[in-house]
Amino acid sequence: MKLSRHMAPLLLATLVAVSAPVCAQTVPAPAPDTTASASNAGATPLAGDAVYKAFHGEEGIQRIMDDFIVRITTDPRIKDRFANANLARLKLLLVQQVSYLIGGPQTYTGRDMKTTHEGMGLQNGDFNALAEDLQLSMDKEGVPFRAQNKLLAKLAPMEHQIVPR
Amino acid sequence: MTHRSHLALGGAMFGAALAFTVAADAAPLLDQGKLLLTGGVTNVEGAAGGGIATWATITGYGTNDGIGGNVHATYADVRDYRLTDYGAAVGLYNRVELSYARQDFDTRSVGPKLGLPQGYTFSQDVYGAKLRVIGDLVYDQDSLLPQISVGLQHKEESDKLHVIRSHAFGIRSASGTDYYVAATKLFLDQSLLVNATVRYTKANQGGLLGFGGPKSNDYKPQFEGSVGYLLSKKLVVGAEYRTKPDNVGLKENDWYDLYAAYALNKHVSVTLAYANLGDIATFKNQDGVYLSLQAGF
Ligand code: HEM
Repeated sequence: MKLSRHMAPLLLATLVAVSAPVCAQTVPAPAPDTTASASNAGATPLAGDAVYKAFHGEEGIQRIMDDFIVRITTDPRIKDRFANANLARLKLLLVQQVSYLIGGPQTYTGRDMKTTHEGMGLQNGDFNALAEDLQLSMDKEGVPFRAQNKLLAKLAPMEHQIVPR
Repeated sequence: MTHRSHLALGGAMFGAALAFTVAADAAPLLDQGKLLLTGGVTNVEGAAGGGIATWATITGYGTNDGIGGNVHATYADVRDYRLTDYGAAVGLYNRVELSYARQDFDTRSVGPKLGLPQGYTFSQDVYGAKLRVIGDLVYDQDSLLPQISVGLQHKEESDKLHVIRSHAFGIRSASGTDYYVAATKLFLDQSLLVNATVRYTKANQGGLLGFGGPKSNDYKPQFEGSVGYLLSKKLVVGAEYRTKPDNVGLKENDWYDLYAAYALNKHVSVTLAYANLGDIATFKNQDGVYLSLQAGF
């Protein structure tokens, strides 16, 4: 399912309102838990909001994730991994997570990285492919390379949680 | 081993890597899944590193579950000498690196002044093996732990005049093995790479002028340091420094370089450097340009 830029806010509003997944091919997954600890985000946030600004704030992160969801669901290396994913939920949580990690105002309300990706049998190459897609989405938004690396430095250690040894 | 068998070995490695390429469709063993430039580039001794320094990185674009290989050709043109270098390397599961490099060091018009024929060329084969012991260059961003590897480089001169030359300079051996420990740290949040390597060696001018000499025939620890600044996914610029022993008593100098490594994509990269090799066999200030091309699969 492909979310257009206009449809996304509408869908998200619905999602929040009914607190239920909106995708047709949804896999049962808990709705974002507003009482969940932000420590599930997998890293401590950056101090200050310089990097958040370099990502063009909330709107920039939204645009990056719109683009990113399209990339990961079409990238031949990893698209099959998302065949049953609830993409609306995934996008919402990624926006929260990235905003939280780079010093934005959002908190992350999803599950922790280990629990989330457990049993998917993800490999080192999947992780890197996803990272490359994210780089392309950040490039498209015009996020400076140095600021991109600040986020990637937060995400990189999550490989140890996401990819089983 | 003879020169021919050295070449055959290099060829066999290349062939094996090509065979993997052919098999790539069946199983994505040649997965090209490592992030751009995170394996380093091929250095002057055929190992993954910068230009003159060896790093802890494992060559190629294979992931922890894959294999990657490359071939390289390098050309360094300094004041009185010219170095050409070619070879092949494979990285296995981001754990083991095997490499071969052939170095030809052309003495050009300096030869006769050293009692050698005009254009006399010293040649050396370098066989390398490297094992990543601990740490991950990319993922360990939440600790100070670098990626640490240990390795060895066996070097054999194939120099017809070795006996005569050895006599003149008191060089002890035409072959030798270097052992090293390399630690490479990527500070991704600073877009900065730092490397420190300690090499135990008896080599004179990296082995091109043999091993050991009248002043010393003992292994001595030498240091290789590199820094690199990531300007983009594709481009890193930096500097390197490498100390060398003075076994022969010809006042062997340290080496340094300023380099830029550019990856066009995961198949082709180019390293361009200003290299300063100091004085070599009484000829002063051997500085010039270093250019290396690398093609991988
Ligand atoms: C640093 C890297 C990664 C981050 C930050 C990340 C983040 C997330 C987040 C926040 C969620 C939602 C959690 C929740 O539902 O509570 C999620 C779910 C998911 N992720 Fe990741 N992820 C990463 C790597 C990967 C990789 C490499 C893959 C596969 C190629 C992957 C595939 C999935 C899938 C399939 C879901 C579940 C979607 C669903 O069940 O609806 N993730 N991820």
